[in-house]
Amino acid sequence: MRFSENWLREWVNPKISTEALVAQLTMAGLEVDSVEPVAGAFSGVVVAEILSAEPHPDAGKLQVCSVEAGQGEPLQIVCGAPNARPGIKVPCALVGARLPGDFKIKKAKLRGVESFGMLCAEQELGLSDASDGLLELPLDAPVGEDIRRYLGLDDSAIEVDLTPNRGDCLGIAGLAREVSVLNRAPVDPAPCTEMTHAIEDQFPVEIQARQQCPRYVGRVIRGVDMSKATPVWMTERLRRSGIRSIDPVVDVTNYVMLELGQPMHAFDLGRLQGGIRVRLAEAGEELTLLDGQTIQLQPDTLVIADHAGPLAMAGIMGGEQSGVSAETRDLFLESAFFEPVAIAGKARRHGLHTDSSHRFERGVDFELQRKAIERATALLLDIVGGQPGPVTDVVSTPDLPHLPSIQLRRERINRILGCHLPDGEGENILDLLGMDTVATDSGWHIVPPSHRFDIRLEADLIEELGRVYGYNRLPTTLPILEGITPPQTETRVPVARCKQLLVDRDYQEVITYSFVDRQALELLTPEQQPVTLANPISADMSEMRTTLWAGLLKTAAYNLNRQQSRVRIFETGLTFIGNGGNGGSGADIQQQQQIAGLITGPVAEENWHAKGRAADFYDLKGDVEALLALSAKPGEYQFEPAQHPALHPGQTAVVKRDGQALGYIGALHPRVQKALDLSQKVYLFELGLSEIRLGTLAQFKELSKYPEVRRDFAVIVDEKISAEAILKSVRETAGSLLTELVLFDVYQGDNLEPGKKSIAFGLTLQDSSRTLQDEDINPLLEKVVANLKETFNVTLRE
Amino acid sequence: MDNLQTILEHALAAVAGADDLAGLDQVRVQYLGKKGEITGQLKTLGKLAPEQRKAAGAEINRVKEQVQEVIRQRQEDLAARALEQQLASETIDVTLAGRQRTVGGLHPVSKTLQRIERFFAGMGFSVVEGPEIEDDFHNFEALNIPGHHPARAMHDTFYFDAGTLLRTHTSPVQIRTMETTAAPYRIICPGRVYRCDSDLTHTPMFHQVEGLLVDTDITFADLKGTLAAFLRDFFEQELDVRFRPSYFPFTEPSAEMDIQCVICNGQGCRVCKHTGWLEVLGCGMVHPNVFAHVNVDAEKYTGFAFGMGVERLTMLRYGVNDLRLFFDNDMKFLRQFR
Repeated sequence: MRFSENWLREWVNPKISTEALVAQLTMAGLEVDSVEPVAGAFSGVVVAEILSAEPHPDAGKLQVCSVEAGQGEPLQIVCGAPNARPGIKVPCALVGARLPGDFKIKKAKLRGVESFGMLCAEQELGLSDASDGLLELPLDAPVGEDIRRYLGLDDSAIEVDLTPNRGDCLGIAGLAREVSVLNRAPVDPAPCTEMTHAIEDQFPVEIQARQQCPRYVGRVIRGVDMSKATPVWMTERLRRSGIRSIDPVVDVTNYVMLELGQPMHAFDLGRLQGGIRVRLAEAGEELTLLDGQTIQLQPDTLVIADHAGPLAMAGIMGGEQSGVSAETRDLFLESAFFEPVAIAGKARRHGLHTDSSHRFERGVDFELQRKAIERATALLLDIVGGQPGPVTDVVSTPDLPHLPSIQLRRERINRILGCHLPDGEGENILDLLGMDTVATDSGWHIVPPSHRFDIRLEADLIEELGRVYGYNRLPTTLPILEGITPPQTETRVPVARCKQLLVDRDYQEVITYSFVDRQALELLTPEQQPVTLANPISADMSEMRTTLWAGLLKTAAYNLNRQQSRVRIFETGLTFIGNGGNGGSGADIQQQQQIAGLITGPVAEENWHAKGRAADFYDLKGDVEALLALSAKPGEYQFEPAQHPALHPGQTAVVKRDGQALGYIGALHPRVQKALDLSQKVYLFELGLSEIRLGTLAQFKELSKYPEVRRDFAVIVDEKISAEAILKSVRETAGSLLTELVLFDVYQGDNLEPGKKSIAFGLTLQDSSRTLQDEDINPLLEKVVANLKETFNVTLRE
Repeated sequence: MDNLQTILEHALAAVAGADDLAGLDQVRVQYLGKKGEITGQLKTLGKLAPEQRKAAGAEINRVKEQVQEVIRQRQEDLAARALEQQLASETIDVTLAGRQRTVGGLHPVSKTLQRIERFFAGMGFSVVEGPEIEDDFHNFEALNIPGHHPARAMHDTFYFDAGTLLRTHTSPVQIRTMETTAAPYRIICPGRVYRCDSDLTHTPMFHQVEGLLVDTDITFADLKGTLAAFLRDFFEQELDVRFRPSYFPFTEPSAEMDIQCVICNGQGCRVCKHTGWLEVLGCGMVHPNVFAHVNVDAEKYTGFAFGMGVERLTMLRYGVNDLRLFFDNDMKFLRQFR
């Protein structure tokens, strides 16, 4: 809500500066967003009358005017404005005036003709951003008067960002109430006296939707003169409130809305048929609105109709056909109360947001309608004349909001705010706020005023007390809490630890959007059902990610395109997989915590001591093994050759624990790499984060006093046999004496048959009760080799 | 005896002339070895008259010891010199970079999350997480935001279908916690949240930490104290703070909390729009309607809730001036926070 400070001060005028007033509003919960002067900084501009305007002898678009500016004799001023003509009154910057932008007016010669000043448009005075001619002042404007004084331009436009509960402050009246409470200053409201009716004409009003419209107040005014102009004081106030002047009738309804907070509407009575019907729209009805758009009305939309059809979307916008125009002679004024729920959301559905819908959605004082219509009538009669009829006030009392009776307990104030307000202070605040207060043993019974429809509960009253008393005057303490420490589970590795491990192994954490491009998901996880947003921010952010790889790959591409050839990144977060036919809703969607990483480019930063080498599968696997080692002992996880649609068929492993697949590691499939426009090889992993964090508690085992024995040997085996298969066989055969098994060499090449490889490994053996002798070890090793020969057809390498 | 003196002089000269340990050893053998010249002198003692032997023997031994001593000294000198040479030859350029594995870094938003979590963990808060795809009930209804509520318009919600949406705040985690466990509660709920808005100062995804403290005796004064302590810890400064009345459907009374601008120390700058204050979080006492939705007895329990934007705190902490940088994930940006 934007308003003129001077207008507010006409209602309530505490002796505080603008700065203090603004601070006070902000600290009372009416946050001030901006304070702007209503005009540019200028001086030396007065009201002047153009006496004559002759064409400039040497310039087609200029006129030489004779201007009476109260300077003793008329001034000659050259002017280029198209609307400069004799008889109008305009602002005139005299020689010596300073205009906004520190522009000084001097005596000048324009194309050879002397000019003693400048006639001004709105834009030149900082009143608007654009203007297409001189600002024309009312004909009764006093010549020679300083324009700042005449228009009251020493004023500020204050913008308050009101929270949705404070609809009561969407008018000068409401703001004045607040300022009055905060300063204990009296309010001087605008007069809303009942007009005596000059004619008996009434227009029938019938409310069919009583719940949605419990009250409808109307009045006929006949014989208005639409050729009259809105007075400048009113257009100025509208302008300072951010509303453009349209015509005197619309201006008055807007003015009353800004002043009292009651949105109004004026119909051209001559275009109404039969009578007003307030009802819900019927299926198939259409309405062309004032802004020119034709909308299909839906059956839950409240409309103002006559006997021929809908005239207006109630509380939102009037219709084009029934609106006031220059030809209008007779008016029908509307001032109604619509239930917030009946209006809420209806404007947004059609992309509309009007000053009226904004107020009705938040709530309007249901006792305001008659006051507003009287105020509007008085203003209209002053401007456009006419004869008012009696007020038609149709009300369904049972459907009007009920003022709640709230019990406010003294003890509860203390329990919520943490201190006792002195009773006098509390009661004083409630009084100032217009609450109807009756003291009881434990506190008070309170009925809030009709304009504070946001107050329904004891908690609301406590907030009011704290707010007006001042949040910053309330005590500040630290809670006294029983010493609960959050439970910690040692066998669950903290997520922070997992992240730190990757960071220490030279990975940069990234955070990418959870919604990604559909095409990326089709490449990466074609068999997963993605979950699709109904209203994505853009087409390439329409699908919830089924894999963290989508974001990691996008990030890699982004950085590779910016001269970063080495990228090592990881991310943690949810992935989303739909189960239902259409992507599934709610409970059907699997939301899983994942951890994923990506490496590409040189294995190390460029350096002086080692040749650059591109990172490969085993670099990534080493990091993944380190990550897994946080929770598990060697051998608890298995890496098995596997297939994944996004990964290279010969460089992919599924990671398993206890037979359960936890994720994949591998090289990005060259086809996918090309499709994603990545210039170099990329290696990826993704694992279930919850699963890999699950460890076991360490269990002490007695240390053996006896020496370890180490035996190494190498076998030659078909290259297709996996190393893990060999080691597994060794492990199983060696049994409990084996304390460590290390594979220390893999060789393929010159000395070997093609298709064969040599694998060398070392066994460490130890017994807990005695020193192992050759007689213990040799038969065991023979058995190990025998099993390898039998299972894998190996030959022992000498 | 003249002979002995000559031998001594030659020996001393030879020791002095030996340039390395090998040369010195040759000198030792020449004079002191089994067939050495001084050793040879001792062998001549037998030819002397018995009364002369003692004196002559003593004289020879004196020469022998003197030669031994200069050899030993020379040996030490040569060894020291050799070590010096070895050390000189082994000198390296210590300014060359070490053979290292470079280290990565956490995302700055993660760093902030961890710092927030650490503070509240110290006060006994547990970290609770929840789903990001939520239902209307947990994200809105249970938080006292019914379908027609104007606050819904402020949330710019991403929908999947009428009842399924991306959470617009992490408050639903509070609801889920209160639904499934009994009071008291002391939790914080960090995580991603989503709003259908994208411009200079909004990204469609961002992070929030919301907190909830419910017990038999929690007041607005406790809220003020706890959050002031948090922000002073977070910015490591004795900041001025203030609380302004505000409105959230799920708290009553509600407040916005401002801190003295950390960029200009409250003097007024572009970041604080020349007010000297920065809005950093929203908070309030849990609304009785919220308690009713989750069957917590509002007569027995009171509590406060708060919520803060993690990106905003991160920007203020590190002076980042563009929100969107957080999700571009440019390595040159992210590396600045290692």
